[in-house]
This record gives sequence, structure tokens and C-alpha cells, in this order.
Amino acid sequence: MSMSLGAKSLTEQKSQGTQNGGGDAQRASSPTGQRPRRKATDWRKRFEITVLSGPAIIIFVGFVILPVALAAYYGFYRWQGYGPPTDFVGLGNYAIIFTDPAFHEVLLHNGFIVVLSLVVQGPVAIILALLLNQKIRGRSIIRVLIFVPYVISEVIVGTGWSLMLQTSGAVNDLLQNIGLGAFKADWLSDPKIAIWTLLLIISWKYIGFAVILFLAGMQSIPEELFEAASIDGASYWQIQRRITLPLLSPTIRIWAFLSIIGSLQLFDLVYIIWGQYIASTAGTSTMATYMVGNGRNSGNFGYGNAVAVVMFVISLAVALIYQRFVLRRDTAGAITERQK
Amino acid sequence: MMSTSTLALPRDSAGVRKSKSWGNPITYFIALLFIAVSLAPVLYIIVGGFRTNAQITTSPSGLPSPWEVGNYVQVLTSSIFWQELGNSAITGFTTTIGVVALGLMVSFVLARYQFKGRGAIYALFAAGLMFPITVAITPLYLLVKDLGLTNSLAGVILPQIAFALPTTVIILVPFLRAIPDELEEAAAIDGASRLGFFFRMVVPLSLPGVVTTGILAFVGSWNSYILPLFILNNEGSYTLPLGVQAFSSQYSVDTAKVLAFTSLSMIPALIFFTVFERRIVGGLTGAVKG
Repeated sequence: MSMSLGAKSLTEQKSQGTQNGGGDAQRASSPTGQRPRRKATDWRKRFEITVLSGPAIIIFVGFVILPVALAAYYGFYRWQGYGPPTDFVGLGNYAIIFTDPAFHEVLLHNGFIVVLSLVVQGPVAIILALLLNQKIRGRSIIRVLIFVPYVISEVIVGTGWSLMLQTSGAVNDLLQNIGLGAFKADWLSDPKIAIWTLLLIISWKYIGFAVILFLAGMQSIPEELFEAASIDGASYWQIQRRITLPLLSPTIRIWAFLSIIGSLQLFDLVYIIWGQYIASTAGTSTMATYMVGNGRNSGNFGYGNAVAVVMFVISLAVALIYQRFVLRRDTAGAITERQK
Repeated sequence: MMSTSTLALPRDSAGVRKSKSWGNPITYFIALLFIAVSLAPVLYIIVGGFRTNAQITTSPSGLPSPWEVGNYVQVLTSSIFWQELGNSAITGFTTTIGVVALGLMVSFVLARYQFKGRGAIYALFAAGLMFPITVAITPLYLLVKDLGLTNSLAGVILPQIAFALPTTVIILVPFLRAIPDELEEAAAIDGASRLGFFFRMVVPLSLPGVVTTGILAFVGSWNSYILPLFILNNEGSYTLPLGVQAFSSQYSVDTAKVLAFTSLSMIPALIFFTVFERRIVGGLTGAVKG
């Protein structure tokens, strides 16, 4: 069925059908004959394809592909962003990036966030999803409420949390009031703590997404499997371990992928809470804040673009490796030909 | 399933999954804890807006006593809030319409026409998922600057449409492919052209998918930060996220007012989310699962 979808104009389909019978018409999808009628429909088809897909392709190539290609080009120049770039420095920008201790730091920070986001959010989200997957009262309202942090914008999250976490803010005050004054801390500016604070805020904002994703995955597991297992005498936890978790693993793998890519691109929260200058002293700077701080904000567009290229290559490499070794099973069908 | 109706009765739980945990207080306790943790910061922002700065200084984590509406009134009567709300709304709606229109058209081609290069175009859009806006922001800013679109909402809208297209195409193509051939044949017999079929059958039939992608595009636009940050530099063109940030640095000593501004700026998104919760959740999970 999928082969014949949109395969050819309807007139062709009908004429083929009468000649060869329905079954053969399905296969004869590539136009081979040279009848004059087909030529006319061919032109019409081409026109429709152009008109319908042209605008999207132009906008997409213009604003997504072209900038990335331009970044690769600008990255070879020392350039302040005015006039055409002329000061060709070859790989000079890249040499600076890779020898800059500040860049090594941001790589560490990004790596930390990538790994710990997975380690912290993953297990917690799975346990929460298992709990919420039970038939409990008010499940739909719970689903809405835990998703709120994901839906509000990074700016609001950043503004709210940074006010709460100030030295004289609500969090420290609360700790004091409940007798945990010993745990009061300089959440945002102490370099030993700040990145953990960042991790906490990230986990708070994005864990709801993981839970919702896992819940959706769990709900797509056929009920019969659970029934069969419980008839065989499996306990609740046995069922979760032997049936739910294995069948949930494609969802987990895709979530992990999204989480990794998101962690590598992390910008908004850090930039809003720590700003461009404090982030590095607090130890929360990321590749993206480094790029913005050393590129556009200091007027070095050549350098900024080189950082963008490095960031892109790192993300792409991680994505490809992950897809090759982890996601292959899940996407094998989807990318080659979508089954219905 | 049958089980949903019987699950309400705990006695019936013998062979049915999960119902043995029915009424387990620990589950409710953890769920409530989770909700509390999720909502506490949000409530802090909203409730904090009802306090005065003096109250906040003396007891940072306390409740308002008395409740003051002054901060909210001041924000609501300031023109800057409404202007930024308007900018966000214009950007959001235009982005959504653009994404849906262009996405639907190109998805229709990719789903229902057979031609050379179809796979390549699909792969191009699919690859777009790998290009987050953060990576492209520096050259994108230069491009928008060269086009003379800085400080105009169009400079934000066009890139947003472009970056929302991959998700849209990935969601809509299977949707449009699932429309049975028989419908297209029937339409053709009734004298409809391919394009007639597109407007009269495809557009209405794909409405659920369209709504989902539209909502995703709108929420993404409403919350987007890095693109407006680069493109919009004068206050008159600020969208709400930029406005919140500018406001909180401008009135950094007036915490209560910042909280009021912040909570007012999240209310539209929260209302939108509550209304379309099912669509947003379904869309996100559907988009991820393919």
C-alpha cells in the first residue's frame, strides 16, 4: 500500500488498473511509458510539487542550512561582523578554542550536565512513571500539574529560581525556619555548589517531560501481557521488571537522546541566572554561553562562528554515535521505510 | 477496556493488573510530594507578587500578610507589559500560521507524490532535527542583520518557522500518508484535482495533526529566548521573555514587582497549556515516538 501512495496520477492508476488488474497496478509505480497524456500530467505534477514544497524548502534552507554553512565559512576569519570577512586566519580560531582553558572548562560542565541529567532524571522519572501508571484517583490532573515546569519558559524558571536561591532568598529562609540552618548555602555563586544547583533546576524543569514520555510508553504496552503474567503468578514488581521496563526501553533510549542533545545545547537557564560573566566564575558556563560571550557579545563574529561549528560537530558526533550504537534498533524501520 | 470500569471496585482486583495498589497511601504521598515540588516555585512567584518588598525582606519564604494587589495593578496598568504581550502574541500566531501552512503543503507533497528526490527532501527536513537553534544562532543573527530585519518581529518569525518545520514535517507526513487512497480516488472521480483534493479533503482530515504541530510551534515561540535575545535590541520590539529579563534587571531592588510581572507573563502560557494539555502532551510524546 505504501508504495502506491501518491505514486502517480489517478488517471494513470485507472488505466493501468484496467490493463493489468488491481494487483499489478500497485507495483507499476514508476512511469515508464511515453504516452502524450502522461506528459501533460507530468508537467502538472511538477508544477504542483514546486508550488507546494518550494516555500518550505526555501525558508528551511535559507534559515537553517545556510546559517550553519555560513558558520563554517566565517569560522576561518577574524571578523567583527561588518563588511565582508577579509582577515583569513585558517584554523587559527580553532587553535585558540582548543587551547583556551575556559573552553576546556565549559566542556567539563557540559559533560557533567549530560551525564548527571541522565543519571539523576532517568531513574527518578521511571519510578515516578511506574507509580503514576497505577490506576489512582486524579491521574489526569496529576499529569497536568507535573508538566507545568516544562511548559513555562526558561526565563520565568530562571528568574523565579534565582530570586529564591539568593543568599537572603526563600530557600535559605525556609531551611532556617525548619531547623536546617546548617544547610544554608550560597547556591548560585559558590563554585562548588553552583553547578549542582543548575542540575537541580534542570531536573526540576525537565523531569516532568521524562515522566510524561515514560507514561505514554507504558500505556502503549498491551494489557494482555500484564494479564498473562499475573495469571502466571508474577508479582507486581516482577511484572514491572520483566515486562514494563524491557518494553519501555525504546522510549527510554529516545528520551536519553533528547536529554543528551539538550544538555549539550544548554544556554537559556545559565545565561538568565548567571549572565555571561558570572557563569564562568560560578563554574556553570556551557559551550553555548561561551559561544555567545566570546562571539557576539565581544564582537568577534569569526570566533563565535568557529565555536558554533565546534559545538555543532560535537553534537552531531554524539548524535551519530548514539544513533549508530543505541538507537539503531528503534529507528531502523522508521528511517528506511515507515510501516503503517 | 473492561478493566477500567471494574477497577473502581477494589474487591475486583484479583486478576487485573495494577489494581492491587489501589488505595496505596504511599503512591498518593509520593504523587503529592512530586506535585508540591513541581508547583512550589511557580506558586512562590505568583504568591510573592502579592507581597510587598518589606514583607519579602523580613521573611523571604513567608506568605503575604496582608495580601497586596498593588504590584499586579501596576504591571497591568503599565503599557510596556501589554506591548510585550502583544509582540509575543503576534510572533506566536504568525509563526504558528506559517509553520502550519508551509508544513502542511510540503508534507502533502512528501506523503502523496512520487518523484525523484522525495527521499532527499524528507531526509533534509529530518536532518533539521539535528540543527538546534542554539548552534545556528550566531550566523543566523548575521543573516537576519544582512536582511535588515533586526529589531523587527519578522526577523524572529521567519527563523522560527524554519526551525519548527522539521518537527512539523515529521509529524504530518505519516498523518497524510494514512489518508486512504480510496478517498483520493473518490475525489478524483467526483472531478477534484490533486489540489482540490488537498484543500477539500486533506486539510480537514489532517486537522488533529495540524492542531498538534500548531500548538507545539506556538508554545515554542511563546517561550523562545535566544533568538529574540539576538534579534530584538530595542525595548519596543521585546517579546515577553526578554521583557521579563529586562524588567527584572531594571527593577532588581523591587522584587515584588518583578514577581508580579513574571507571574503575569506566564499566565497566558499556563491557560493555553491547560486548555490544550492533551494535545501538547500527545504531540510531544507522539513526535518523539515517531
